[in-house]
Amino acid sequence: MESDLATRIAANPKYRELKSIRTSFGLWLTLAMMVVYYGFILLVAFNKPLLASRVGEGVMTLGMPLGLGVIVFTVVITAVYVRRANSTFDRLSEEINQAVLK
Amino acid sequence: MKTTTKFALPLAALVGAGAAIAAGGDLGQAVKQATNWTAISMFAIFVVFTLFITKWAAAKTKSAADFYTAGGGITGFQNGLAIAGDYMSAASFLGISAAVMASGFDGLIYSIGFLVGWPVVTFLLAERLRNLGKFTFADVAAFRFNQTPVRVFAASGTLVVVAFYLIAQMVGAGQLIKLLFGLEYWMAVVIVGGLMMVYVLFGGMTATTWVQIIKAIMLLFGATFMAGAVLWHFGFSPEAMFAGAVKIKTDLALSSGKTAEEASKLGNAIMGPGGFVKDPISAISFGMALMFGTAGLPHILMRFFTVPNAKEARKSVMWATTWIGYFYILTFIIGFGAITFVLTNPSFLDAKGALLGGNNMAAIHLANAVGGNVFLGFISAVAFATILAVVAGLTLSGASAVSHDLYATVIKNGKADSAAELRVSRITTVCLGVVAVVLGIAFEKQNIAFMVSLAFAIAASANFPVLLMSVLWKGCTTRGAVIGGFLGLASSVALTVVSPAVWEVTLGNPKGSALFPYASPALFSMTLAFVGIWLFSVLDSSKRGAQDRAGFLAQQVRSETGIGASGASGH
Repeated sequence: MESDLATRIAANPKYRELKSIRTSFGLWLTLAMMVVYYGFILLVAFNKPLLASRVGEGVMTLGMPLGLGVIVFTVVITAVYVRRANSTFDRLSEEINQAVLK
Repeated sequence: MKTTTKFALPLAALVGAGAAIAAGGDLGQAVKQATNWTAISMFAIFVVFTLFITKWAAAKTKSAADFYTAGGGITGFQNGLAIAGDYMSAASFLGISAAVMASGFDGLIYSIGFLVGWPVVTFLLAERLRNLGKFTFADVAAFRFNQTPVRVFAASGTLVVVAFYLIAQMVGAGQLIKLLFGLEYWMAVVIVGGLMMVYVLFGGMTATTWVQIIKAIMLLFGATFMAGAVLWHFGFSPEAMFAGAVKIKTDLALSSGKTAEEASKLGNAIMGPGGFVKDPISAISFGMALMFGTAGLPHILMRFFTVPNAKEARKSVMWATTWIGYFYILTFIIGFGAITFVLTNPSFLDAKGALLGGNNMAAIHLANAVGGNVFLGFISAVAFATILAVVAGLTLSGASAVSHDLYATVIKNGKADSAAELRVSRITTVCLGVVAVVLGIAFEKQNIAFMVSLAFAIAASANFPVLLMSVLWKGCTTRGAVIGGFLGLASSVALTVVSPAVWEVTLGNPKGSALFPYASPALFSMTLAFVGIWLFSVLDSSKRGAQDRAGFLAQQVRSETGIGASGASGH
C-alpha cells in the first residue's frame, strides 16, 4: 500500500474511532476471559472444599455448574465480540473504505 | 481408582501428582486387540470417500495459493468446523473422556484449559491475521520487519511445534490402531503417514480442509449420539447421572475392601477437584500454555488465510469456539456415561476390574454399550480418521513454513514463481511424511505424555509473543522480535527438558533431580520472550529499527481496515 494512502486513512476520524474501539474492546474482553479462567484455576488450587461443597439436596457440587459455566462463558464472550464486530466494526470499516477509496 | 494398569494413560498421569498436569492427553502404550473388521471397513469407506475428495481438490490445486489456503475460498462456517476438527484430536476425545471417567471433575478442568484460548484468538488476532497475512503466520509477524531473520525464526517456531505435535499424533495413531483395529503398530503409522501424504500432496489445503470438516461432523455426530444416549438413560437429569456415578464409584470402592466412610469419600471425589492441580504456579503456568498456545499453533493460524476476509475469519473462530465448547461438554457426559455403562459391565473389564485395553478405551466401550458393534466400528473409524486429519493439517503447515518462508522468501528473496514454490512444498511434504513415520516408529515405546503440552508451551512462548507484539506494538523491531522469540523458544524447550515429566519420567533420572520443579514452563518462558522483545526493541537504535517503527502506521491501517489485504474481496 502506498504510504500516502495509509497516512490519509490514519488521519480519518472514523479510522481512529475503529482502531481505539476495537483495540480497547478486545483487550477488555481478553482481560475478562483471563479473570474468569484464572479465577477458576486459583479456586481449584486454593479452595478445593468450596468447589466440592454440595448445592441442593443431591450430589450436585458447586464446582460442576461453575466449571460448565466457564465453558459457556467462553462461547458467550466470543459471541459478544463477534456481534459487536459484525455491526459496529464492519460499518466503520465500510465508511472508511467509502471515504478514502473514492 | 487405585487399580490403574500400566496401560491406563492420561488418567494415570492425571491422578498422579506433579508431572500430572503436563500430561498432554496422549494415548501412550496400548494392548493389541483382536482384529475388528467392522471398524476397518468403516474406516475404509471413509478413506475411499476422502480420496475422491482429494481427486476433486487436486483438479483445483494449481497455484501456491490453492495449495496453502484453498485459494481463500472456504467460508467462515466451513473453516470453523475445520478449525474445530484440528482441535478435536483423538487424544482429546479418548483422553478427556477417560480422565472424566477416572476422576470426574478433574477431567473438566483439563478440557476447560483447551477451550479458553479461543476468545483470545478472536479478540486479538483473527481479523488482523487475515488482513495482514497471505499464507503463513510469518507473513504477519514479518510484515514490516527485515524478512530473513524473522522468517527464519517463524519457520523454526513452526517446525519445532509441528514436530512435537506430529510425533504425539503418530504415536497416538499407532497405539490407537492396536486397540481399535487390532493391527500392528507400525502398520498404523505407515497408513497414517501414507494417506496423509496423498491428501496433502495432491489436494493441498482444499483436501485437508474437507477431510477435516467431514471428520469433525462425524465426530460431533458420534459424540452427540453417545452423550444423548447417556442422558436419555437418566431421563435427561444431570443430577440423576451424577448420583448414579457417585453410587457406582462408592460401590466399586466398597468392593475393593474400603471402609464405608472411605468409599463414600472416594465416590464423592469425582464431583470436586482432586489431584490435578497441585501447586498454584504449575496450574497458572499450564493454563497460560494452553490459553496462549492456542493462539500460536501454526496449523491453526494458517486456517485464517483460507477464508476470503476478516469478517469470515471472525465468523470461523465463533463457530470453532462453539463446536469445541459443545464437544467438551459431550466428552464430559461421555465420561460420566462410561462410569455407569462401562465400569459396571464385566464384559468390558478384565479380572482385576480394569478396562480392557486400558482406560483410554472408555469412550470406545461406551460406544459398544449404547450403540452395539456397528456403532463401535463407527466410533473407532472416526477416532482414526481424526488422527489422520490432524496429521495432514500439521504437515501442510510445516511444508508451508519451509516452502513459503524459507525457500520463497529467504532463499529466493520473494522472487520464486508459484510453480517452483509449489514443487518445494510438495517435496517438503514427502520429507515430513517420511520423518513423521520414522519418528512415530522410533518413539513407540517412549513416554510422550509431555509432547502435546510442550507444543503448546512453545507456541505460547515463541510464536504468540512475536505475533502479538509485531501486530500491536509500534516500538517492536526486527532485532527485538527475533531475539525475544528465540529466547522464548529456547527457554520453553530447555525448561521442559529439565522438568519432572521429561527429566525424571521420560529420561529416567532419579526422582527429585529435575532442576525445574513446575509442570509447564510457559509462565517463565513467555515472560522471558515478552521482556526480551521489549528490551531489545527499546535498545535497538539501528537504522533498521527506525525503519521497522516507521512501518507500523501502514501495517496498522491494513490490519484494522483490511484495505490492501491479500485476496480481500471487493477491492
